[in-house]
Amino acid sequence: MKKLSLVSTFLFIAAAALPSHAADKVKIGFISTLSGPSAALGVDIRDAFMLAVKLNGGKLGGLPAEVLIGDDQFKPDVGRQLAEKNVKLDKVDFLTGFVFSNIMLASVPVAFENKVVYVSPNAAPSPLAGKQCNPYFFVASWPNDAYHEAAGQHATDKGYKSVYMIAPNYQAGKDSLEGFKRFYKGSVAGEVYTQLGQLDYSAELAQVRAARPEAMYIFLPGGMGINFIKQFVAAGLSRDIQLITPGFSSDQDIIRAVGDPMLGTFDAAHWALDLDNSANRKFVAAFESEYKRLPTVYASQGYDTALLIDSAVRAVKGKVEDTEAVRKALKAAKFQSVRGAFKFNRNQYPIQNYYLRVVGKDSQGRIVNKTMGTIFKDRGDAYVQDCPMR
Amino acid sequence: MSWVLILEQLLNGLQFGLMLFLLAAGLTLVFGIMDMINLAHGSLYMLGAFLAAALVQATGSFVLGVLLAVPATAVIGMLLEVSVLRTLYARDHLSQVLATFALILIFNEAVRIVWGSDLPLSMPAALSGPVELLPGMFYPAYRLLIIGVGAAVAALLYLLVARTRVGMLVRAGASNREMALAMGVDVRRLFTLLFGVGAALCAVAGALLGPLLAVQVGMGENILILAFVVIVIGGIGSIRGALVGAVLVGLVDTIGRAFLPLLFGLFFQPRVASAAGPAIASVLAYLLMVAVLYFRPRGLFPARG
Repeated sequence: MKKLSLVSTFLFIAAAALPSHAADKVKIGFISTLSGPSAALGVDIRDAFMLAVKLNGGKLGGLPAEVLIGDDQFKPDVGRQLAEKNVKLDKVDFLTGFVFSNIMLASVPVAFENKVVYVSPNAAPSPLAGKQCNPYFFVASWPNDAYHEAAGQHATDKGYKSVYMIAPNYQAGKDSLEGFKRFYKGSVAGEVYTQLGQLDYSAELAQVRAARPEAMYIFLPGGMGINFIKQFVAAGLSRDIQLITPGFSSDQDIIRAVGDPMLGTFDAAHWALDLDNSANRKFVAAFESEYKRLPTVYASQGYDTALLIDSAVRAVKGKVEDTEAVRKALKAAKFQSVRGAFKFNRNQYPIQNYYLRVVGKDSQGRIVNKTMGTIFKDRGDAYVQDCPMR
Repeated sequence: MSWVLILEQLLNGLQFGLMLFLLAAGLTLVFGIMDMINLAHGSLYMLGAFLAAALVQATGSFVLGVLLAVPATAVIGMLLEVSVLRTLYARDHLSQVLATFALILIFNEAVRIVWGSDLPLSMPAALSGPVELLPGMFYPAYRLLIIGVGAAVAALLYLLVARTRVGMLVRAGASNREMALAMGVDVRRLFTLLFGVGAALCAVAGALLGPLLAVQVGMGENILILAFVVIVIGGIGSIRGALVGAVLVGLVDTIGRAFLPLLFGLFFQPRVASAAGPAIASVLAYLLMVAVLYFRPRGLFPARG
């Protein structure tokens, strides 16, 4: 009897240890910046992603979703370690989550090498749109330059004669000012690259005051932007210089931290709270009731990423091991995006509209972004012609 | 290059320098009198900032929050001294570096457990606008407050050290510790008190800089390095040296950040100029230290005669 139970115990353990080959769930590796001054961005993407999963009954595409959440702590080496763990040890079906381009660029090569799809809920740098476009890289947000190009076009439309620009010294920062200059036809009063993570801008603000531009364009995501805008207003510069920012730099997280001094700032984005389609209305209401705060563009992108993955898994009928079929399904992008119409360009970056928004008060007296008009219709990106993918 | 710009950058440098002084003053006394390298000094600065942010949230008043955070940090500093740091006085500098570096890591994680990775701290609404100092020249009111508080604390420290009995004991200990001990100075109590004052100064700096820089875990490390540069330039054990060194470093760093990119911009592309500018500006402080040490190996105002 004892011998039989020992043998059966061994067999039981052996059976349990065998990997199950049938896809009974979809595994998602979600790595983002969840701590530090820029944590609000990653937290918003994660919250919206998990909200979409929850509204789908804990499933994506009909399969129970297991989302492994990791914090890259704003450090590329930590992000890379987590990505390697997700891809090699946990064997995820999809990788997603990174906010910052530098951390993402360090971490996703391990996914590409192992034929794991990465769906970006935010970072979409120009190298991966052009010459280095990759079949395993999908963007559910917008090309890094897009908001900056739209802002530059707006500055041209408004006829500002001089604009002073500030961005951090990393890939997305350099892309941002290049993008702005691509569509801004006036003169550049100054172009300054600050350190990534720099928090005190007193020296730079004194230079801005001396340069006397008509408008200022900044690309300073997260904590950098909060501090800059607070210091900009404290220096009295907001009275004479019109501040234009990309959509995320004037979004709800910044508004919460800065408050009334932000009223009157113009910004450009692919999405706004008041966009009139049923998916967006449902998203904003559900997000506010679940998390007791209004969503930012980052949240809208996290939500759309989950919906995109959901549509792909549904299209391949749960066979997520078939990476080629998953890729085709992702490329078809048959889902109701909160931004309205959604389609991919051949470099797997989206083609979409960009809107002008202004920071003002809504009917309940809350400070929000209100849509003022459309800057670009069905815009792709400037790098697609270099991409060899079809 | 207008005089308004130059004046504004000078004020920025002065503001930064005075905050560095608050950190350097405590550090130089601990190093000078107790002959102890205390890397956890930056952690006390971080603790001061976090306590201020938490207390401002709890009380709803900026002034009250800051005023309560300062003695709270001083108490924690004194507890730290009595429990852990006292055992390090007799040991060599390397052991002190290792032990206090471990304290940095412990403090970082402890703060993260208690409050999370960061806390918001906003400047009081009344001070969040500019003040017209001279016709046509505006300067943020909050930064003026920092300059004012920094100068006031410097004056208070001078009074304390130069005109009180305790200050005399501190100066005696800085100039010749063994002799002071031989003369019967109650060294243990003096050290604890000194440490508490140093921690209080850190808390003032942390609380005041909180609204300008983010209050986050790890904020003490960067400023600690600069504080060490300041005390080396100023002379170990000398508060006057700490003040002069701090203002020098603050001015050099700010003027460098502001004008080096312009200078480089004459020769290089904006991207190169604006990346090299801040990088070389931070090196300027160390270059200054090397230059001072070349001419004055003991610093500008060494305490030991």
